[in-house]
Order: sequence, then structure tokens, then C-alpha cells
Amino acid sequence: MPLSLDRLAATAKAQLRRPHVDLPLLLALMLVGCIGLVTLYSAGDKDASIVLNQGARFLMGGMALVVMSRIPPSSLRNWTPWFYAVGVVLLVLVELVGEGRGSNRWLDLKIVRFQPSELLKLATPMMVAWYLHARTLPPDWRDLFVVAAIIGIPAGLIAEQPDLGTSLLVAASGAFALFLSGLSWWRIGSLLGLAGAAAPVAWHFLHEYQRNRVRMFMDPESDPLGNGWHIIQSEIAVGAGGIFGKGWHQGSQSRLEFLPEHTTDFVFSVFSEEFGLIGVLLLISLYVFIIGRSLWIAANARDTYSRLLAGAIGMSFFVYVMVNGGMITGLLPVVGVPLPLVSYGGTSAVSLLTGFGVLMSIHAHRKLVR
Amino acid sequence: MSPRRAKLKDSGREVALFQRRALAGFLIIVVCLGVLASRFVHLQVVRHDEFATRADQNRIKLRPIPPARGLIFDRNGTLLADNTAAFRLEVTPERVKDMDATLEQLREVVPLTEDDIKRFKEQRKGRRGFNSLPLRFRLSEDEVAKFAVNRWRFPGVEVVPYLTRTYPRGTEFGHVVGYVARIDEADLRELDATRYAGTTHIGKTGIERYYEKLLHGEPGYERVEINADGRALRVLDSTPPKPGKNLYLSIDVRLQEAAEAIFEGKPGAAVAIDPRNGEVLAMVSVPSFDPNLFVNGISHVDYRTLIGSPLRPLLHRALVGTYKPGSTMKPFMGIAGLEQGVRRLDDTVLSTGEFHIPGQSRGYRDWRRGGHGRVDLVESLAQSVNTYFYSLALDMGIDRMSGYLSKFGFGARTGIDLTGEGSGILPSKDWKRAQFNKPWFPGETVIAGIGQGYWVVTPVQLANATAILAARGAHHPIHLLRATQSGFSAPVEPVPQPPEEPSFIVNMTNWNRVRDGMIAVVAGPTGTAARVFADAPYTTAGKTGTAQRFSRTGNEVDTRGLDDAQRHQALFVAFAPVEEPQIALALVMEFGASGSHDAAPLARRILDAWLAPPPGAQPAPAAKTPIIPTTAATAPTTTAAALRPAAGAAR
Repeated sequence: MPLSLDRLAATAKAQLRRPHVDLPLLLALMLVGCIGLVTLYSAGDKDASIVLNQGARFLMGGMALVVMSRIPPSSLRNWTPWFYAVGVVLLVLVELVGEGRGSNRWLDLKIVRFQPSELLKLATPMMVAWYLHARTLPPDWRDLFVVAAIIGIPAGLIAEQPDLGTSLLVAASGAFALFLSGLSWWRIGSLLGLAGAAAPVAWHFLHEYQRNRVRMFMDPESDPLGNGWHIIQSEIAVGAGGIFGKGWHQGSQSRLEFLPEHTTDFVFSVFSEEFGLIGVLLLISLYVFIIGRSLWIAANARDTYSRLLAGAIGMSFFVYVMVNGGMITGLLPVVGVPLPLVSYGGTSAVSLLTGFGVLMSIHAHRKLVR
Repeated sequence: MSPRRAKLKDSGREVALFQRRALAGFLIIVVCLGVLASRFVHLQVVRHDEFATRADQNRIKLRPIPPARGLIFDRNGTLLADNTAAFRLEVTPERVKDMDATLEQLREVVPLTEDDIKRFKEQRKGRRGFNSLPLRFRLSEDEVAKFAVNRWRFPGVEVVPYLTRTYPRGTEFGHVVGYVARIDEADLRELDATRYAGTTHIGKTGIERYYEKLLHGEPGYERVEINADGRALRVLDSTPPKPGKNLYLSIDVRLQEAAEAIFEGKPGAAVAIDPRNGEVLAMVSVPSFDPNLFVNGISHVDYRTLIGSPLRPLLHRALVGTYKPGSTMKPFMGIAGLEQGVRRLDDTVLSTGEFHIPGQSRGYRDWRRGGHGRVDLVESLAQSVNTYFYSLALDMGIDRMSGYLSKFGFGARTGIDLTGEGSGILPSKDWKRAQFNKPWFPGETVIAGIGQGYWVVTPVQLANATAILAARGAHHPIHLLRATQSGFSAPVEPVPQPPEEPSFIVNMTNWNRVRDGMIAVVAGPTGTAARVFADAPYTTAGKTGTAQRFSRTGNEVDTRGLDDAQRHQALFVAFAPVEEPQIALALVMEFGASGSHDAAPLARRILDAWLAPPPGAQPAPAAKTPIIPTTAATAPTTTAAALRPAAGAAR
């Protein structure tokens, strides 16, 4: 981001004068982040470097949040088509020259390697909001068609990489913007029906390892060494936690390595084992508060674009929680989606906080007259 | 910009709509998360006792046992790829207090290179400390003993036995057998994690890669009881792994050795095929490399040396090397002319030393100044008369030419069981249009007739074509894998081969005439390689070739006085014995001056090794003689001995 030092300093000063943040939302985010760090320290077997790395990511994400909060939604809207176009072009580039033979997710820009799909998590709902902003709401069939293309292109490209988890998040964030725009219930119903009918076709396009994950979900005992094993071990960890949990760094499932990926995808299992149902309910409540607050900010936003974007960001946060929580409790198949602000690594913490920066900006530029 | 929208855009209504939707969305979310929470209640309250017990009793872990990789033998049972017991040093980072100090102290006991340490540190990234990581492979006995004495000083460092791949023949089979190397991230994406649990190495090139599925085998598992710290206490029971299949190649090490030796390190390639069944008997690419270097991670110095060498030892010349076929194309052109009725058996041409396309001034030369006089096909092959083939090519036309020659497999992969084969170039009008979007010129047809111009062949293609010619037009798909064996107690099973494709040659009189020409090359008074095969105990049909490296005109200049690198490429194709061919050969020397002087004598030595081995050496095995041993053996070395055929009554 080409930001000069002067501008950065000016931003900092302005930030101090009149912070562009919503305090309740920020506090909730910070609380979740702290819970994340505490859990990671235990899950990573008291490896300080994990906590430090994650702390650094939070710091970066925090900076992104502050910067985004200073950008008024109207400028954001003007830049939206470009932002979206660049994201899609990068996705195509990754498809052509990306790193890794089996899974092309990373683009090497010499200085940094990054996943263009992270950009689309924000760019897709922005583009949908941008399009619907200029349309009469509720959207008609034509709008629906255009929005489907806006969502389908990046989601399809990402699914092709293959990265089903991110593809799902991108598609959901776009779909939420459409939902919030007031798409009539019967159209939503027919879309869902269509999706249901298309499921067998989608099955055909899934990679073998993805199919296996679904099969294992249906019958975990049939694969005691692969994904089925992971789900069983995760359920044991969660169940053994009981109401009050085993206590910090007392979870045997994680310490004895029965849990796979216990700092990333399965960190929630570690949390559940060590802090029990009480901890889980607290964490879920925090998530609900964050989502609710986001929707409240959206409802008070100045224009259609801001409303739809803020709402979509808030609601897609829910998808992270649901898919990850569903996975570790055996409610949903294994899809690689992190628990937001708790799971270690990746760029998800940064991109999530960037999204909340947009929310903060929308909040700061809300309707002042009610 | 429809007026309809302007009329209906009602922000108040939209806000109300949005708020209704936001509320609905929030309710749906709360319900979903409620379902999730109730799932937690179900697991943590309702089924808590059950899971608590299971967690407490979770003391049994499954540990994969990787299968032993199948061995690779030549057709006589000579070992080409072996598994050797070795020891490696493993470090569990979690149990090491000060890693740098430990490594420093360790170096005094066991020598460690910078590469070892660098690789070890790279592996640590992104891994948790409780996984042990290899630090050094292939410790010597001395090193193992020395470490054992000092072991108490190094908690968290262990000597672990393992099986490592070795290639006893070294450079000789670097290209064909290839090598295994450590599984990297790209491999991880593609392979079945369950099947490769515990496996560290995977086939990267050659046979090791092509037959990875057969060689790998199926892993076994042992159930291990662990204590509260996660340390393994005892093995409860285990399912043994299924070792990979042993492979028996059609290659004969003696022929391979002989073929490699003739190059004396100068770049080139040779491929020998049994035309009766498509078995590849020898496949040589010089220079080569030692595959053993790659198995446990090649050092940067070694790798730079291999990559930096101007002779490109890593290039599998026989498989992907690209060469102009030159005059070795003439026998194929000859049969194409006769079979398509462009020439009759006894048609002659007057070679004046220069051939002209009617109406054009540019001359296409013969290699003998002043020409060869009036010659027929046999004499044109014997003396390698360009004019005969210039005029033949012109009369035939490029598309009929390439159409017929494609039956010999030119311009297409042979389908040999190695990955990455090159396909060469069979020039045609369509090819040129697709490649350059330019029309075809008659002059290009003329030089294509003597294997120059756009022509590109790989040595394996040329050998394949020669084998098809030797088999009178019948085609046996060529292959390296001859038989497999599931464990040493199992019988060796021949690999079923696709049936022979029937001959496309309609009139065998035509074939006989080309054969006579090729015999005249090596035995006739005027043949370009006449003296070379004078005293051979078998009859040979061959053709020399000298491909231009620079000029496109058909003038073969003697360049033997020039620097090696400026020379022509020398080629030779042959099959023998003529009566019932047992071997078809293609030979390419990159820095040879001419096919007759340089390539033909070397080809003779390869054919001798197969058909007239020196006294005391084993005779060549006959094609249909099964290599199958009848006795079961347990150890690789004894098997290798037992597998040698008792009698290989050849010719």
C-alpha cells in the first residue's frame, strides 16, 4: 500500500483526535484475539514463537484496520470495480504461474508471497454491493444473474486451485450481500433448490481428497487413520472437556498428538477440551455479539453500498465459526476453514481485521441524522 | 439507466427492507449457532462420561510401518536398485534445550556438513517440536559407534535404522532406472497420504518414477501403547506392510555396459531393441550422473557441478535428445518410395554431384564431388547417394512422405515406459503452418528426403523405427519392464504385452531390396561402412548418417580436422542378424565427424557384444526364453545369483 509517512502520521493524529472505531466491536475483537493467543500457547505446547508470530499478525491486522477505518466508504465504492478486477486477474495469474503443482494458491511477488484468494474475501461482497447500489432493490432476475457471475467467477477459480474452504467463504460473503439486498424469499428458495439439484454435479467436480472427506464425514469409523480418525479424536477432545474443561494446558488429546493440526484447523478442539462448555459458550457469545454489532452498524449505514457491505462482512464471520465449529464437533464435513482470530497462521487474521476496518469506516460515516 | 429505476429508487423503503433482512439474517445465525452450541452440549454434557473415558484410555496410537520398496533387476537378475540397511541421526527438537550448542557439540562426534544443518533447520520450520527430524543420513559404522559412546551427552538425538535406496551400478543406469529422493511438497499434494504414511522417499525420474505405483507397496501399521507423556511403551500388535513389487527390466547389463563404454565419456546416446518383441536391450545416454547422489538430498556443490556442466549430464539424451536423422532416414525413404509406387525396384538416377529442382538454380549436392554416376536404390543406400533421395522426395511430395514415415513412429512418442519422452518433429505442410504459419517450399521437401531440414528425432525413436524396419514392418510397442515379482518367494510374472501390430508393408520384395541396400552399406564393395563389418560372424544391415550441425545443404564435408564441438553428429542404425533380426540399434554421437568413420565401428562393438560375445561370456538370451527363476530366495543378493538363466540358448 503506497502510503507516505506524512500521510501515515496524519492518519495517526486524526485517529487520536477522533477515532474511527466502534469501541464495543473493537473490544470484542480484542477479547477473542486474546483468547486465541492464550489457547495457542497451550495448543502449541508452550512454544512462545507461535504466540509472538500470531501477535505480530494481529498487530499487522490492527494497522490494516486503522488504515481502512480512515478510508470513507464513498472512495471505497469508487475503487471497488478496480479492486475486484485486480483480484480476479491475480487469481487467473495464480492459475497460470502459481506455486505448487497440486494446489496453486500462492503468488510470489518476490517481496511477499500471498494468496490472492484472500483479497476476494473482501472484493467479492464489495463488488456485489457496488452493483446492487446502483440498482433498484429488491433485485430482479437480471440482477440475480449478474450477481451470480460476480460471485461465481472468483469462487470457481478458487475452488479450482483447489481451496474449497476459501471458495465457500468468498461465495458466502457475496451471497449474504444479495440476501441483505432483499432478494425475495421465493427466489432464495428456488436458488437453494437449484443448488440442491446441482449437488450431484458438483460432486463430480470435487477432487478425490475432497470426496474422501465427505465420505469420511458420513462414516468416520471407516477410516480410522485418515480424516475419520481426526473427527473422532476431535469429538473425544471436545467431549472430554465437559462443562468446566480440564484446565489450561491440561488437554491430553492435544498434548499426546491425537489431534491433528491442533494449532490451526483444530484449535477449537483444544479450546473445548481445556475450557469446557463454559468457555465454548463464552466464545460463541462473543462471536454472536460481533456479528450482531456488525449488523447493527450495517443497519445504520449511510447508503446501500455501505449497508450491504457491512452486513455481508458481519454475516460471513458467522460462516467461519459455523464451518470450523461444525467440523470439530462432527456436525459438518472437514473443510479447511480457520476459527476466526484464534487459529494460528495464514493471512486470515489480517484479512479479517481489514474487513472489520471497513466496518469501522462505515460506522464512522454512518447516518448522523436519525 | 432506465427511467424505471429512477422512479422506483426509494431509499426509505430500501432501508426498511434491509433492516428486516438484517434481523432475519441475525435470527438465522443465532439459530445455527444455537444448533452448534447444542452439539457442544451434547458432546460435553450428555456424552461427557463416555468421551472422558475414551480420552483417558486413549493410550494406543497407530504407527505406520512403511513398506520396503521393490527392487529393480536387469533381465538376468543383476541388481540395479537395492535397499540397503543404514543408520541416520534423528533429532527431536522439543527435547533439545539449546539446539545450536547441541549441533556444535554433535559435530565433534559425527561430522556434519553445512548442507546437513541447513536442511535440518529448513525442515524445522512449520513443524512442531515433538516430531523427530533427520539430521544426517547414512552414518558409517564408526560414526554409529562413536555416537553410541557419547549418547548420554545428547538427549533428544538418536540413531535410527532405516532402509536406503542404493544404485550399485552408479552412472550406468542414472537415466534409465532414475532415482528416488525425499518426498517434497509438490509430491505431498498428489499422493495418497494414507498409502505414504511413514514413507520418506518417492521415485523422481526414470523407472523409479514411471513404476512408482508398483515399486512402493502398501504400508503396514503397528498399534503402540504410549504413556501419559506420549512416549511409546510397547507395541501391541502390527499389520506387516506389503513390500513393493520387484521389477525385471528387459535391459541386459552386459550390453548396457558395452554400449556405454564405446562413448568413452563423449556425449551421445544408443538404444538397442529386440525387434521380435519390442524389449529395450540397452539404453545409454552419455555423459550420465550418479543417481546415488540424489537419494538423501544432493549437496549444493554436486548439484551445481551437474547443472553447470556444458555436456549436460542430467539430460536423458536417448529419451529427449533431439537430433537430425541425416542419411539414416534413407532406408525408410527407400521403402516409402517403393511401397507407394513412386519408384520401381530397378529405377535408377544419374548423380552428377549436384541436383536441381527443375527451374531453380540452387544446387543440392552429393557428398562425392562429381557425383556417383548412374545408381539404383541398392547402390544409393550403399554409397549414400543424396541425388536418388532428393529426386524421390520431390516426386513423392512432403505430405505423402511424412504420411508414410509416420508408420515408423517418427514425429510421435514411442510410448516407452519412461516419463517425459520427446516427440521429435516429422516435417509436413500442416506442421509448418501450425508452427510458423508459413507455406511449404519444394526445396524443403528435397532436403527432408535426406533427413535434413526440419527433421528432429530422438534416439529412442530412431531405434524404434529401425526395429519396425527389422521386423518387416511389424510393430511391437517398445518397453523396459519385462516381468514383475511380488516378494522374493513369489514367482516372477512376465508383464503381458500388447499384441504385435501387423505389418504395413504390402510387398516384401520391396523390403528385401531395401535390406539388400543396407547390407551393401556394411558389406558391399562400395558401402560407406564396408570394412567395418567385414569379418563379423553375423550378417548386418545398417545405414550411416552424418547430420549437419550448421548447413542445410546436403554436402557432407569432412570435418575431422576441426575442433570436436564444431563437428557433425555421427549416426548409425543397424539390425542383425539379417536373416532373423535379434537386435535393432540406433547410435548417435554428438561430436562425431561422420557416420562411417566414427559411429559404425562403435556400433559394431555393441552388436558384437550381443551377437558374438567374447569366449567365456554368457550368450545372449533368446527372446522367448523366460527369465523366470524357479527357486525362491530371500535375500536380494542370492536372488540375483539365482535369477541368472541356466542356459540362454540364443541364435
